[in-house]
Amino acid sequence: MVPPAQRELLDAAAVARTIARMAHQIIERTAPAPPLLLGIPSRGVPLAHRLAARIGEFSGTPAAVGTLDITLYRDDLRRRPTRALAETTLPPDGIDDALVVLVDDVLYSGRTVRAALDALREYGRPRAVQLAVLVDRGHRELPIRADYVGKNLPTARDEEIAVLLSELDGTDGVVIRRADD
Amino acid sequence: MRHLLSAADLDAPTATALLDTADRLKQALAGREVHKLPTLRGRTIVTMFYENSTRTRASFEVAGKWMSADVINVSAAASAVAKGESLRDTALTLAAMGADCVILRHPASGAAHRLADWIGTESATLRAGLAAHVVNAGDGTHEHPTQALLDAATLRDSLGTLAGRRVTIVGDILHSRVARSGVTLLTTLGARVHLVAPPTLLPTGVRSWPVTVGHDLEAALPESDAVMMLRVQAERMHGGFFPSAREYARDYGLSEARAALLPEHAPVLHPGPMLRGMEISSAVADSPRAVITDQVRNGVHVRMAVLYHLLAGVEEVT
Repeated sequence: MVPPAQRELLDAAAVARTIARMAHQIIERTAPAPPLLLGIPSRGVPLAHRLAARIGEFSGTPAAVGTLDITLYRDDLRRRPTRALAETTLPPDGIDDALVVLVDDVLYSGRTVRAALDALREYGRPRAVQLAVLVDRGHRELPIRADYVGKNLPTARDEEIAVLLSELDGTDGVVIRRADD
Repeated sequence: MRHLLSAADLDAPTATALLDTADRLKQALAGREVHKLPTLRGRTIVTMFYENSTRTRASFEVAGKWMSADVINVSAAASAVAKGESLRDTALTLAAMGADCVILRHPASGAAHRLADWIGTESATLRAGLAAHVVNAGDGTHEHPTQALLDAATLRDSLGTLAGRRVTIVGDILHSRVARSGVTLLTTLGARVHLVAPPTLLPTGVRSWPVTVGHDLEAALPESDAVMMLRVQAERMHGGFFPSAREYARDYGLSEARAALLPEHAPVLHPGPMLRGMEISSAVADSPRAVITDQVRNGVHVRMAVLYHLLAGVEEVT
């Protein structure tokens, strides 16, 4: 039998539960002051908005949301064709002394997070920086770990994890597929 | 994109991508104390200016430095050019030193194209690794593509889009590389361009341009979504193109009374340097509808975008 090209690891309901659980963990670890959630484009941005909505719902104090594009800080710019830049929106009063939670969909090599930390340093000096990811798939290439992990998914390097979010993909879910498909 | 030599090198998607990148860069730098991005660290940019310039050279230099590139300025007067070295030898010398990008301003039309050809031939045949990108920062009366990009960026800021907008360009069209590149790029982006000039300051081939042409400024202003005034380039004029400065100002200068004929939303652009009292009155140049300093500000961001698109990614295999 031919194995299926892709397999669903989380369905829409599981994604919603996972985000709700992460929101509770963020509230526990950051109380009393609500954190500033910074989504990393593209899928970190809707995730940050969903986490902020849940945090507001559960704690009664809404969390601020922003967007941090890290393209200009990547260490692989010269290995790929020119990348389009995404939006950066930070609170008008800056990030000084804020508790920043970086939000991304998948944590893999850790290089995106390294770039995000570099980018953040140019904007100000947050009190602390934490990291929230929906999926941690392993294979770190830098000494970086997440503070909030929705789901640990051990993978092989030739597999690909795709996080689908209705804002961008029309549906919610997490799927695994062979990278060469 | 290998080089940026002409506004005609840019199709609508490429031009829009450059303008979007410029907007993002503006956003990324807004509200920061340190105007520095690490993106082009280790890249070397040489500006070669064979003609006087304040804003274009400074703008390219700032753009390169804000992206952490090393920027070296060569001016003809203070270099081996003064000893009689040819453009080709100077450029190949600088490219051999490892310049990744050469930004050229030259009084001869077509100079940037020639330079790109030389570098291309050299790198293909004799000297592998000699592959600098060339950006045309103004060649004679021919092209000035980054000026067209910054004008388009400024018009987009004011009008939201260029599609269907009517842009009137006024003055010395004949000697203006700003007008040539501007007409090409604005038309590519969907604007309708109208030229107003004395008949002596229109190029002979203007009928083949994708524009409408008139000689009556006051008739054109109420129908314009934006007006771009050009400098009268006396340094390129040998002979009488108009009777006197006063007569030129009377017929083609943008006075306060004429600016009042523009629709409320229409901005006034000028590529600088301005001749106040000639093509534009001081009152108009300093009025809120003049977006001349916005043009300068946008100039840095579009030049950063051009350098980013030329230098940041992997070399395209050709």
